[in-house]
Amino acid sequence: MRPLYIAGKKISIEKDPISTKTPWWMTVIAVVLALVFCAGFMLLNGNNPITVFSKMFSGAFGSLYGLSETLLKAIPLMLCGLGVAIAYRISVWNIGAEGQFVMGAIAATSITIYYPGMGAFSSITLMLLAGFIAGALWALLVAICRSYFDVNEVICSLMLNYIAILFLSFLVFEPWKDPNGFNFPGTAIFSSSQKLPALDDLRLHLGFLIALAAILLYAVLVKFTHWGYQLRLLSANANAARYAGMNVKRQIIIVLMISGGLAGIAGMVEVSGVTHRLSQGVTSGYGYTAIIVAWLARLNPIGIVISSILCGAVIVGGYSVQLIGLPASMALMIQGAILFFVIGGEVFSQYRIRVETISPKKNEQTSSSKVEVL
Amino acid sequence: MQKQSNMPYAIEVQNIVKTFGPVIATNQVSFKVKKGEIHALLGENGAGKSTLMSILYGLYRPDSGILKIDGEVVSFKSPKEAAQKSIGMVHQNFQLVSTLTAFDNILMGLPESWWRGRNWRFKKVKEIESLAKEYGLSFEVERAVWQMSHGEKQRVEIFKALYRQSDIIILDEPTSVLTPQESDDLYRTLKKLKETGKTIVLTTHKLREVMHACDHISIMRKGKMVASMPSSETNERDLARKLMGEMPVEVRRIEKSESSTKPSKNLLELQEICAKGLHGEQALNDLSLFVYPGEIVGVAGVAGNGQKQLAEIITGMQNPTSGGIKFKGKWINHSSIKGMIDIGIAHVPEDRLHTGMAGSLDAVDNLLMKDYKKEKHSNLGIMKHSRNLDWAKSIINNYDVTTPSANYPVRLLSGGNQQKLLLAREIEGDPALLVANHPTQGLDVGATASVHNLLLDMRSRDRGVLLISEDLDEILKISDRILVIYQGMITGEFEPSKATREEIGLYMTGSKTQFNVGALA
Repeated sequence: MRPLYIAGKKISIEKDPISTKTPWWMTVIAVVLALVFCAGFMLLNGNNPITVFSKMFSGAFGSLYGLSETLLKAIPLMLCGLGVAIAYRISVWNIGAEGQFVMGAIAATSITIYYPGMGAFSSITLMLLAGFIAGALWALLVAICRSYFDVNEVICSLMLNYIAILFLSFLVFEPWKDPNGFNFPGTAIFSSSQKLPALDDLRLHLGFLIALAAILLYAVLVKFTHWGYQLRLLSANANAARYAGMNVKRQIIIVLMISGGLAGIAGMVEVSGVTHRLSQGVTSGYGYTAIIVAWLARLNPIGIVISSILCGAVIVGGYSVQLIGLPASMALMIQGAILFFVIGGEVFSQYRIRVETISPKKNEQTSSSKVEVL
Repeated sequence: MQKQSNMPYAIEVQNIVKTFGPVIATNQVSFKVKKGEIHALLGENGAGKSTLMSILYGLYRPDSGILKIDGEVVSFKSPKEAAQKSIGMVHQNFQLVSTLTAFDNILMGLPESWWRGRNWRFKKVKEIESLAKEYGLSFEVERAVWQMSHGEKQRVEIFKALYRQSDIIILDEPTSVLTPQESDDLYRTLKKLKETGKTIVLTTHKLREVMHACDHISIMRKGKMVASMPSSETNERDLARKLMGEMPVEVRRIEKSESSTKPSKNLLELQEICAKGLHGEQALNDLSLFVYPGEIVGVAGVAGNGQKQLAEIITGMQNPTSGGIKFKGKWINHSSIKGMIDIGIAHVPEDRLHTGMAGSLDAVDNLLMKDYKKEKHSNLGIMKHSRNLDWAKSIINNYDVTTPSANYPVRLLSGGNQQKLLLAREIEGDPALLVANHPTQGLDVGATASVHNLLLDMRSRDRGVLLISEDLDEILKISDRILVIYQGMITGEFEPSKATREEIGLYMTGSKTQFNVGALA
């Protein structure tokens, strides 16, 4: 970029050779900027942004019910977010969490349809297993294409989402439609032994603990095991990993299958804990929001818990602002803006601004002071 | 001097200095090119040729110095401005859009006509075809670039420059990707262009081509211009000496202890290995060599003659297309990286931070890279954290690595300390063979000495070392046997005490070969 000359100073922007890690407060700034950005739109629509935000906040956290709803939304986000974060760690851009989620939901439902009448423990365990396997297999398709045929995993995983969603539609419209459902496209309501236990009077269910356990397990594995070391090496330098004798292709396949499996569990948890049936709108975009969750968390396990709750709160808060005449899709706008600013901040943090005082003599800097910004 | 006043030089460079951080790429370089000549700029890798060419082409701006084109002082801010002064450049890596046709590539970005209909296209194709024929550049105008051979791509590039009315054409390493026949064609074309009054500057390190195709030769070494003369006033031997530099006084060979009788069994044997390079070219050509335990075999050669592939084949990072590898008397059929590590082949790769280490990780993680599964470092898949830390600390101590702590990212260490750490890791497992590719590249004198000592230690412990290097001094200093690699073949074998730099230089640049060596002696 061409330097700027102002008042005897040369201001240039250059790539910072040292910085590769973005400081954590960048994320906070990005979120704040995203909210300010959205506030601008609210002002344009004649709403007071402060009222809107406080309404959203109290909707999401102000009551026990609101809190429970926020955490409820955070469950699939945590699981899918963790799934994509694992893949992103080794630079595999799985954006197929949506499809893997759907396949997990379908597989879990298939257990309720083909093996009804089992005890609560066995049916829930079987459903979890089915969800994981289905999600993992769906991701395996991506992994094979990526590892052996050099197909871009972004396109491959994205396209598989549509296939999964259409397959879901087929199932709920035709073979699995509830015969007593007044022609409504959806399976029959699960029996109580197929539902995840929930808190009294609230919708928050056991899935929250499952998600937390998954995150904890991941954190421990990464910190203490071979596999964690392999992931660390692979994410730091894939060439070096290959040079050290690691089978990089196999590692990519394993990671993608775990990634998909987690999204599949999210799908199971959603049908068994919230909707209690398989219907068309089962995903509501959790698989895509998970991408925001993962980036916001900088792929850090604890960060994923926090950012999932934040994104859950934005969704729940979005419902509550409907009362003052704003659409619930406000939540989508905020999420989009957050992702935009977080990724923008990522780019900016790799640069630094350099201010040099130029002496009258050409091409000679008498005093040069570096000011690092961002 | 007397001619200069009425006939300005096409290019005149005076005292150009360009630094990249602490590295001086060109140091007070002056350089003159007459109109209508083919001027060759010779130099080893890193001599500053490419930097000088990039300055001529406006890609870099010099820190100081004067650049004159046709006697007029210019200061290019971008390649576009250089192009306006009718300078065209043909890069080593062709700057063509491979999915488009030659036609589209040639006309790309030219404000010819905004409506490019069928008639216009038809006329243009005819025009380009006839113009190309005039210059003696043959290529299929409407063929997509990805379907072309390297020679054809290059002709498109040259034509592209000519079509933009360039009078001065700069070619960076034009023959490095060409077959010998294609090179001959290229020089025929260049001669033809010269006859039409174009000025041609090219960089290369192939002496023979230079001698019979160029009018004037300039030689750079370590950022300085060391010689410049008409090709009629020199010969290959003289050029080789100037290119390699005089033998420094300090170089003293460290002789092997007298007990060294040649062991009967060789450690590594390569038989007629062929391998492909990055772009599918034949990088190794029936290459054969062997390494005995307790010796350092130096492989000398100009960069890009198959050294990378040689190292990668021995370490399992690439598979040969044909030929056999024998290690400790056993044939290796399907080599894998893991397999080669396990049988005791260590590897110091060419590019430390690109392949050899993970820069953002700390010393502990980098030292563990090949050994983390060993019982010493982990148990049932759980890493032994504190023990590994102690182990890493002791290695850092033993190998004299300077680092603030064992948990400091290795990226922030100096090159010498990174390399010591890397060597420590490779040597710590006590491998039978170490393949070291440019192990002292970019290191200062002290670090270079410690790397050399580590290699010599390996030798005294009866391990084999294959030292691949462009630094002839290094090879002369510590090898027991010197092989010269040229175009993927071993073209010469020398005993360091009997070889001269000049002689090796001739083999390195392809002017001489001993056909009978390299293979089983």
